[in-house]
Amino acid sequence: MAAWLVRRVAASGAIVFAVVTFTFLLLHLAPGEPFLPGADTPIDPAVVTQLRHQFGLDAPLPVQYAKYLVALAHGRLGESFALHRPVADALADAIPNTLALAGAALALDLLLGLALGVYQAAHARRLPDVGLGYVTLFLNSVPTFWLGLLLLLVFGEWLGWFPVGGVVDPVVHASLPWAGRAADRLWHLALPALTLGCVGAAGTARYQRAAVLEVVSQDYVRTARAKGLPERRVLLVHTLRNALLPLVTLFGLSFPFLLTGAVLVESVFAWPGMGKLAADAIFRRDYPIVLAAAIAASVMVVLGNLLADVLYAVADPRIRVHGE
Amino acid sequence: MNPRAAFALLGAVLLALFVVGDVRRRAGLGAAGRRFFRHPPAAWGLFILTFFLTVALAAPWVAPYGPSITLEIVALKNQPPSLLHPLGTDLYSRDVWSRLVYGSRVSLSIGALAMLVAVTVGAVVGAVAGYVRRWVDTALMRLVDVGLAVPRIFLLLMAIALWEHLPLALLVLLIGLTGWFGTSRLVRAEVLTLRERDFVAAARAAGAGAPRIIFRHILPNVAAPIIVSAALGIGNVMLLEAGLSFLGLGVPPPMPSWGNMIADGAAQLATAPWTTLFPGVAIALVVMALNAVGDALRDAFDPRRATA
Amino acid sequence: MSELLLRVRDLKTYFVTEQGGGTARAVDGVSFDLHAGETLGIVGESGCGKTVTSLSLLRLVPEPPGHILPGSFIELEGRNLLVLAPKQLRAIRGNEMAMIFQEPMTSLNPVFTVGDQIAEAAIVHQRLGRRAARARAIEMLVLVGIPDPETRVDAYPHQLSGGMRQRVMIAMALVCHPKVLIADEPTTALDVTIQAQILELLDRLQAELGMAVILITHDLGIVAGTVDRVLVMYAGEVVETATTPELFARPLHPYTEGLLASVPRLDTPLPRRRLHSIPGQVPAATAWPSGCRFHPRCPYAWARCAAEQPPLLDAGTGDPASHLVRCWLLAEPARRTRTSPP
Repeated sequence: MAAWLVRRVAASGAIVFAVVTFTFLLLHLAPGEPFLPGADTPIDPAVVTQLRHQFGLDAPLPVQYAKYLVALAHGRLGESFALHRPVADALADAIPNTLALAGAALALDLLLGLALGVYQAAHARRLPDVGLGYVTLFLNSVPTFWLGLLLLLVFGEWLGWFPVGGVVDPVVHASLPWAGRAADRLWHLALPALTLGCVGAAGTARYQRAAVLEVVSQDYVRTARAKGLPERRVLLVHTLRNALLPLVTLFGLSFPFLLTGAVLVESVFAWPGMGKLAADAIFRRDYPIVLAAAIAASVMVVLGNLLADVLYAVADPRIRVHGE
Repeated sequence: MNPRAAFALLGAVLLALFVVGDVRRRAGLGAAGRRFFRHPPAAWGLFILTFFLTVALAAPWVAPYGPSITLEIVALKNQPPSLLHPLGTDLYSRDVWSRLVYGSRVSLSIGALAMLVAVTVGAVVGAVAGYVRRWVDTALMRLVDVGLAVPRIFLLLMAIALWEHLPLALLVLLIGLTGWFGTSRLVRAEVLTLRERDFVAAARAAGAGAPRIIFRHILPNVAAPIIVSAALGIGNVMLLEAGLSFLGLGVPPPMPSWGNMIADGAAQLATAPWTTLFPGVAIALVVMALNAVGDALRDAFDPRRATA
Repeated sequence: MSELLLRVRDLKTYFVTEQGGGTARAVDGVSFDLHAGETLGIVGESGCGKTVTSLSLLRLVPEPPGHILPGSFIELEGRNLLVLAPKQLRAIRGNEMAMIFQEPMTSLNPVFTVGDQIAEAAIVHQRLGRRAARARAIEMLVLVGIPDPETRVDAYPHQLSGGMRQRVMIAMALVCHPKVLIADEPTTALDVTIQAQILELLDRLQAELGMAVILITHDLGIVAGTVDRVLVMYAGEVVETATTPELFARPLHPYTEGLLASVPRLDTPLPRRRLHSIPGQVPAATAWPSGCRFHPRCPYAWARCAAEQPPLLDAGTGDPASHLVRCWLLAEPARRTRTSPP
């Protein structure tokens, strides 16, 4: 098991390394100069040369690559062209907000999706199942940001139950006691997390329904009944324990979805996370931020997959012994 | 809307109904066809897809106005749905329904083309990796690992950020090129089992080279998962295009796409919600239809899997 | 004759098929008795209803497509199993009447250790604590002949060989010392050498524990070796029942004759003809033939066979109901001349 873990971690590291290399190549092989935003602001060629030298863009490629790696290793991700601050700082401010949003959305996704999927499977092919099936199909097919806009409109504007954007109340937050501050944060987190969470839950529910139905028809469930076990034990212990396994895989697979969704949902709700940072940076041609955000996102995806693999190995004894 | 457009719309609905009915009848003759239609959403999905396809093809007839026609600028700005404008007008006094109809052309074609690129690249890469094995396989699969590690939208953001002016065609190509990774893994897995089969050995014994074997013998047998993958993939592309357009990075105005229509509408969400609502509903309907049809196809191709 | 444990009368289990295929009458009027210490064999091809019969005894037939018809009667030691409340039924399953299945790999839960799965029945039925249950599980592993039981008790099913998994299934079924063990094709999925071991094990355990065993199989060789009484099933019905020696000596139903003739013999010189097989195929359970269900495939059939379904007739061994045959040939023995080639 330990050997397998080491191999898996090494593989993850290799992937991150490959992503880093890929972004480097992309940066240097793509057309376009970072310093020529268009004919409206012509820059003196001498200044361009100096800036290129300053950013080290005139050295040979392998040298730049080596410097790039060294800088990354030290956590220096470059300087944002537009914000005039180190990229690492900007990211460090933004990432916790994205993590909060993604975390809340993931929790909602898994819990709601699990409950719905199991409920649907228990009532398979009857009205509740069919009805919920259409609901999950719909939620799984809507553009996430559009759903966000809708929720914003209904619950933010019309009903006024939730705020329409931001992480905290800009005016009041600082003066609240810590409980009030926490509540304020949660209140602002609600709509964006609901948006991402519901769409994710719909997908999870569909998956989980299929998983439960498959497990329930397995021979070992029949064996459990033949042993005279109470039905509750058959369902909760024998069936669910196996039906939850795919959920672990789903957990790993949802990171790309959450991060993609974050980009859009954060823009809708003006949530100052990594996604909004990257989206805003695009217009300013602020590549350091875009690339750094992409790398950060990849690292999260890779870590998420690693975590999911480890959890799966813990949960399924068949994986443990033979390794991957 | 004017009578010509109303009749054209009715015609589209009837055509779609007729097509679905016909397909259903023909499909009922085979076991796979019967399995496909066992899911009620499958028939609905087929109807919706046929309807939108017809509407897109017949756009000039179905749409009462051209997509960029601005009507009386002041009087008709942001009007709610009415008899004359069934889906209302937007902030530039354009008929939403007409734009929706023309937008279907853009969104559907982007979906189809990008997916075509993705599925082709994915199938070829997967087949080559699965058949040839050795270092080619390892190298390609490492590439796939990287591709899957970076969330698709970030890959696109990176590409968009680094290009000065990205032509739409190139954007569509890039969307396709960022979406083949999953398909390649799927195809590779299938090919790994298929290459051990006797018909491959027979082809090799007859002197066929690797390319011939891959394309003529193996890939046709992988058609089923590829088709399912494609159906679901179009939906993903449409959602992605909508997202990019919402961020201002997708289809440039004034050409309507369902995505940039939502973006336009978002600015006056409170005052004219219909401008945001209807394009989103359209996307949702088409993606739902694609998901339903994809699921039904999956069950039709492989009856062992059907649990619904 | 030892005490009567199980009485089954006129058991009928039907299934509703999807897409309007009609009702599948999988078990269509099966009756038999089971006495303590006896081994009853149920023999037949796939599709004859033997597995559904065994599942019906413990009411393990999935209820939506299947249902046991009212009018069926299953009595275990005087208690009617078909009217029991779910809780009482569960008290019998795994406890007084247990079952082992054909496929040990898929019948064991892959995420629990074999020890846990064996102990579970003991915990639920006999309220043993975890420590005691584990000890009991180890005892059972010893009983079924698994080497190194203290280690094996923490193994997972996928870590064991097929034969060992089947032994674990047996251990799981016997942990509460049931009075009746139903074994549904316990050796079909195993190698021939392992088959012999498992059958020997069942034999030994039966003698030690004094259980009655219902052994379901399609293999006549197994029947000859281990079974006291045989029930031959075809098309959802019992077509012949006799003691094993009697059945092999005097097979009276044409189907039984055909089954026995299909077994290649090693003790007679090689015939230069083809191996015997029963012509035709088992009909679909949704459309049993009219009259005698075997008549389309029977070498002796005549008009009466297509028209009237024969009841179980006594073969006249002196001992009433000891050899019963569902065939008109018993009423008209002169007809026992082949109308089609053997």
